[in-house]
Amino acid sequence: MSVPRYWREEVPRYRLLGKVCAGCGAKFFPARPVCTECGSTEFKDHKLAEVGEVVTWTVVRNPPPGFEKYKPYVVALIELEDGMRLLSQVVDVDPEEVQKGMRVEAVFRRVKEDGKAGIIQYGYKFRPVVE
Amino acid sequence: MSVLSLHRQVSVIGAGMTRFHHRLHQDKQGRELFVEAALEAAESVDNDFAFGDADALYLGYFSSDMFERQGHTAALMADWLGMNPKPAYRVEDACASSGVAVNAGIQAIASGMCDVVIVGGVEKMRTLGTKEVTDTLALAADANYEAGVGFTFPGLYAAIASAHFSKHGSTWEQLQQIAIKNHVNGKKNPKAQYQETIKEIADKLGERKGMIFRDEMEFLNSPLNPVVASPLKLFDCCPISDGAAAVILAADDVAKKYTDTPVRVTGIGQASDTMALHDRDDLTSLRATCFAAGQAYKMAEVEARHVDVACVHDCFTIAEVVATEDLGFFAKGEGGEAASEGRTALDGEIPVNPDGGLKAKGHPVGATGAGMVYEIFNQLRGQAGEHQIADAEIGLVHNVGAAGATVTVQIYRRG
Ligand SMILES: [Zn+2]
Repeated sequence: MSVPRYWREEVPRYRLLGKVCAGCGAKFFPARPVCTECGSTEFKDHKLAEVGEVVTWTVVRNPPPGFEKYKPYVVALIELEDGMRLLSQVVDVDPEEVQKGMRVEAVFRRVKEDGKAGIIQYGYKFRPVVE
Repeated sequence: MSVLSLHRQVSVIGAGMTRFHHRLHQDKQGRELFVEAALEAAESVDNDFAFGDADALYLGYFSSDMFERQGHTAALMADWLGMNPKPAYRVEDACASSGVAVNAGIQAIASGMCDVVIVGGVEKMRTLGTKEVTDTLALAADANYEAGVGFTFPGLYAAIASAHFSKHGSTWEQLQQIAIKNHVNGKKNPKAQYQETIKEIADKLGERKGMIFRDEMEFLNSPLNPVVASPLKLFDCCPISDGAAAVILAADDVAKKYTDTPVRVTGIGQASDTMALHDRDDLTSLRATCFAAGQAYKMAEVEARHVDVACVHDCFTIAEVVATEDLGFFAKGEGGEAASEGRTALDGEIPVNPDGGLKAKGHPVGATGAGMVYEIFNQLRGQAGEHQIADAEIGLVHNVGAAGATVTVQIYRRG
């Protein structure tokens, strides 16, 4: 991803900030320009829950450029406590131990390193909740 | 949903395809591959056909920009075929690029704007290394919220597989039966990238490594079949390929001039869905497939059980399981078991991917949908050779863009 686009989205990435439709209350992450439920274009900020559980996951062993140093890594579909879903890496865990229903919490981490340009991108990842 | 219809009937009068391959076309450009396929398509028309007879070209090419540093490819191909000044359209809908090009061509004829149209697709991928190809394919996912967090294309389908396993109890072992079957079929297809069974590949690789495998499963469970994105291993994934396919469509009233045995288009469907997997309620089904198939079945006035032969989008083994369920061949959750029981084999009740599928035939992204039409055209004319399904009368083509944000379905009938 280009650097300017990543910067523009840095706040939502950093704070897990989505939108709630002012017309019908539907919640979105990432933010959308048009509500898929009612067509409204009016939104308010919606702070996502920071704890959720793994719905489905995979372990990536052939990473794309920029992600090499994290391999093998877990990427998962996570359902947060407020019902919102997002895709994220799950870290601080043995990939073999990840399972459906595992409780995870958001952490702020380094996401990608572009070796050529020397750009480091930050964002959310999730790690198991220690009960 | 209202029942859509074609206001003018359309037929396939010719089809051609290069062999799909990872090495064979090293020294050719995409334009040369597409011309090769188009020449074969023209040759396959029973009576004389010249490219100048066509009123338009619809070309699927996913990423000429990244793979060949070449844009504006539709006009380029039209020029190379000697079609000027006929209009040319490039279609980019990821792996469904030429499925969409076929639908667009059919609609152009049905609308009355054209009588004869050339549709097809090409992808020249082997100009880049595997890592760069993977990165280019990831352009078909959401760059911000899928690829941007480290998801790869195999990773998205791996997540679909995990969800399918836990919801329906399907297994990795069932998926292997799909890879094994598609290689058995590919062996019978002279246009396939891999014309070897998995057992033959196991024996060959085993000999090189000093290993002996009793059967396919022992090989597929060995370190020679590494995990790509769990639970998917190397042999769950289709290969990287170069290739092209071209199909010639004509209005029914015009088709008579070219052939006595056209293949009729009886139903088409197309649907879009969310790009990102996090926006889907159920990962075990592609909504766009269900929608597009529903539309096509209604238009064709047939049901899933009437289909004699199908080419479905098996970019990963799990994708064929999901497709055979979403298309209605099997109940939801039963696709894996059905494949294990041989119900989709060449001699099964509904043969799926008799040409070897993306897995063994290869997957030059932009050419795949048109390559499936090439197969069904030959099946319904009884000229598919060693992998012919006896008396096939109704054929279905299912082409998927990335993880299901675009799906096309067409139903064809022997003329
Ligand atoms: Zn709304």
